[in-house]
Amino acid sequence: MSDIKKFMYVNRRAPYGTVYAWESLEVVLIGAAFDQLVSLAFVDDGVYQIVKGQDTTQLGIKNFSPTYSALGDYGITNIYVEKESLEKRGLTLDDLIPLTYEDENDNYAEKDSIKVVTASELAKVLEEQEVLLNF
Amino acid sequence: MKLGIQINEGPYTHEASVSALNYVKAAVAAGHEIFRVFFYHDGVNNGTRYTTPPQDDVNIVNSWSQLAKDHKIDLVVCVAAAQRRGIVDEGEQKRNRKDGNNIADGFRISGLGQLIEAAIQCDRLITFGD
Repeated sequence: MSDIKKFMYVNRRAPYGTVYAWESLEVVLIGAAFDQLVSLAFVDDGVYQIVKGQDTTQLGIKNFSPTYSALGDYGITNIYVEKESLEKRGLTLDDLIPLTYEDENDNYAEKDSIKVVTASELAKVLEEQEVLLNF
Repeated sequence: MKLGIQINEGPYTHEASVSALNYVKAAVAAGHEIFRVFFYHDGVNNGTRYTTPPQDDVNIVNSWSQLAKDHKIDLVVCVAAAQRRGIVDEGEQKRNRKDGNNIADGFRISGLGQLIEAAIQCDRLITFGD
């Protein structure tokens, strides 16, 4: 398998309530071992998945949000967040977990992985993809 | 065309599995290759032979087993999702010391890598679910 494809994981749902967000993250982490060109998008209620300060103790459900911070170490550095989805929910970039990576081509400087993009910008990114996984 | 299929919902509650069955049958009839069907999330519940719908209802699990037999289709149940939901084959039974197994004919349990591999190898990955 030498083929390299552009993979995009589209996360559309709130983090708890249903299992999709967590099981999406499991695919992303396993998939990272396949050396593909991977991007993630967070749209609609999916933006809540990467909101800072999640506390699930009252829910009795595992808080898996710290795992997102490991994405940079897995080589996943293209993370798109839809601007309109944030705005509709009264959120800004400051409300999100600061997802970063160390750029090995730039003396391991720490860089932001998150790009806030408009719906039409995201549409262009989606169009460039070869594999779309929707969760 | 070489096709990979991902099914994210269980039988009966959601139409995804039946839609996928119909799609796979049509694709095979049209001469396409089904590289793999991958069952994820509650989709793993399509793979238990303990499913017993009323006699006048469709047995979706048996339909998958029959399709796999007729056309040598690779039906893969995600191991991580299966463990959460109690879908067990002989290997998993031994590994996790369970008192039985319930995997249906034609299904096998394997890792998420099988989904990624299908996405890489296939011309299209088609997802069934919401």
